[in-house]
Amino acid sequence: MSAGTAKLNVTVAEVKPINDLVTRFKFVRTGGGDLPTFSGGAHTVVEMQDGDITRLNAYSLMSNPADRGAYTISVRRDDQGRGGSKFMHNKVKEGMEMVISNPVNLFSLDLRAKKHLMLAGGIGITPFMAQMHQLSMMGGNFELHYSVRTASLGTYAKELAERYPGKVHIYHDDQKEAIDLKTLLANQPLGTHVYVCGPKGMINWVHSTAGEMGWPREAVHSEEFLAPASGKPFEVKCAVSNKIVQVGEHQSLLEALEAAGIDAPYLCRGGACGQCETNVIGYDGKFLHYDHWLTDEQKAGGKHIMPCVSRFEGKTLVLDR
Amino acid sequence: MTIQFNDETFHGDFTFKNSDWAIKRFPFPFHEDSYMYSVNMEPHTSYRPGSVFERTFDVDEHYVSEMKDRARVLANDPLRCQSLPHMTLAGWDLVELIMEAKAREYPDLFELHKDGNRWRWINKPLGIDDTFTFLDESTLPYGPMEYITRQTQGDFAVLDQRDDNLWMDAGMVTTQADWSLDFDIGMNFFEWHAPVPKAHEMGIFVRALKFLLNIQQGQPARRLNWTMTVNPLLDTSPENYHKWGVMKQGLTMENIGEKQHLRVELQTFFRLPRSNALVFPIRCYLIRFEDLVTVPKWARRLHRVIRDLPEELATYKGFIDNRPLMVEYLSQFDDGSPTSDGIWPDDD
Repeated sequence: MSAGTAKLNVTVAEVKPINDLVTRFKFVRTGGGDLPTFSGGAHTVVEMQDGDITRLNAYSLMSNPADRGAYTISVRRDDQGRGGSKFMHNKVKEGMEMVISNPVNLFSLDLRAKKHLMLAGGIGITPFMAQMHQLSMMGGNFELHYSVRTASLGTYAKELAERYPGKVHIYHDDQKEAIDLKTLLANQPLGTHVYVCGPKGMINWVHSTAGEMGWPREAVHSEEFLAPASGKPFEVKCAVSNKIVQVGEHQSLLEALEAAGIDAPYLCRGGACGQCETNVIGYDGKFLHYDHWLTDEQKAGGKHIMPCVSRFEGKTLVLDR
Repeated sequence: MTIQFNDETFHGDFTFKNSDWAIKRFPFPFHEDSYMYSVNMEPHTSYRPGSVFERTFDVDEHYVSEMKDRARVLANDPLRCQSLPHMTLAGWDLVELIMEAKAREYPDLFELHKDGNRWRWINKPLGIDDTFTFLDESTLPYGPMEYITRQTQGDFAVLDQRDDNLWMDAGMVTTQADWSLDFDIGMNFFEWHAPVPKAHEMGIFVRALKFLLNIQQGQPARRLNWTMTVNPLLDTSPENYHKWGVMKQGLTMENIGEKQHLRVELQTFFRLPRSNALVFPIRCYLIRFEDLVTVPKWARRLHRVIRDLPEELATYKGFIDNRPLMVEYLSQFDDGSPTSDGIWPDDD
């Protein structure tokens, strides 16, 4: 299979600032026509032509999955990041043509669940917005607990509370409100599935608390996309394509391979899905594994690397690409 | 292209027959003179006009008779079609996938007219003209998966995806090579593949599962699989083994060309958009040996593959006892000359 996913040509139909940090983007199919249906929790990979650099960032689709007329995403500006969110905020204007991927779902609902308990932190609200659309159409049983910094930074909090009365609970950090997770989990009906999307600390907290309380591993779902970390530049030799590739300070190994014209598979670009796993033929140095995919033994073994987020420091690295 | 549909049977008097057109487009599965398992997946994109790889869901001269055979099997055993409650949405996804593809690719045979969620579906070969509300089960005579797979050739396994695994949670299975939906329902990918020899130690299933979990919307995949069947039986189910197992006895050099069939499965894989489930259509093509050997390359190659196949595979595929006779019959058509790479006949 070729790298990545099938592409969609879209036009930016609306750019709408939601608050100081978050801007919403609406895409329609260039030249008209329906976009593919998707399932709640799916993301799309947005291609950004930023000067000489092609950036590819994954964003959760937040619109109603049944609405094939348009997709919407929300992007939180990350001033410390490598530039993808800044590009979206500063460069993307209404009427601009862009390329996005077909929807990919790595955070889908377990449709067997008797109840869906959703825990969101900050911009982690977006996949739940599509899931709630889907569940309310199907008559599904759900409840959202959404933690925000302040009321003014509570992206979509007010409209969600209005749209789903009685099902949405908002917690404001600045008012010292916090999700009482133990009590919440203790009071769920049998057959409930828990979903969490937010900062890493929140995800770990939910997994460990649920685990300690005896929740089955399969009933707790999370999604966290890592942004690729910056780091020291390094050099990699690609044995199959017979190319030497330089990886820049603010560039991921995957991006460097792509820039060198090497066909490298990917899906999430965030260390979660496993698609870009690459065999290491030889190395002299130290791996900086940042992914959620490889096991600890694999990370220690030095035979595999996930080029979307992980890096290398040392003299030589030879990959099977 | 207008298809002339055969009036034929896949049981009793076995009047099934391939036309010259069907023989020429048969999906011969061996690209070289030997066979071993592999994760032989490729993108399911339109390929080679006229071949079974051209359309999303191939329709051929056996369509109407195969659908009659399916209705007959279901009347005798309704458990061949099952869908666990959480798979209804995937059934609707399948309705949409098949109706849109058939209406687009066979406009002379199928029509789909949409007015919002009010859909009108016209299936001319089967004489169906139904109007229903998409996502409203009460407007169809069957559940959505059963409704559309009673009108589509091939078996369908509809797999839920969760916990990094695939689960056989729905299906329509009446043309199977000796496996049972009723037995496998609810099993995961490793559980339902447990009987397959050799492949586990080769790590085939771990790699295949990883590939399947990553199949994305708009990027379907396909592969071919094969086995052997005596008489043109679509339904070789474990439930009916007492009826068809005995047919494997009694092959002779005189009747093997007519009775022995190579059975090829065109397996495709599609991500379903609303449910995030995976649908796995398994389309069965049959060809009798005496028709297959009319293509000289196929005759030479099949002889070599069957002769050299590891014993475990011939046993698993259920023809170890008849292998010597098959090899003897096929050897008549193998002069030892080389065969070209790939699955296609040499004459084009």
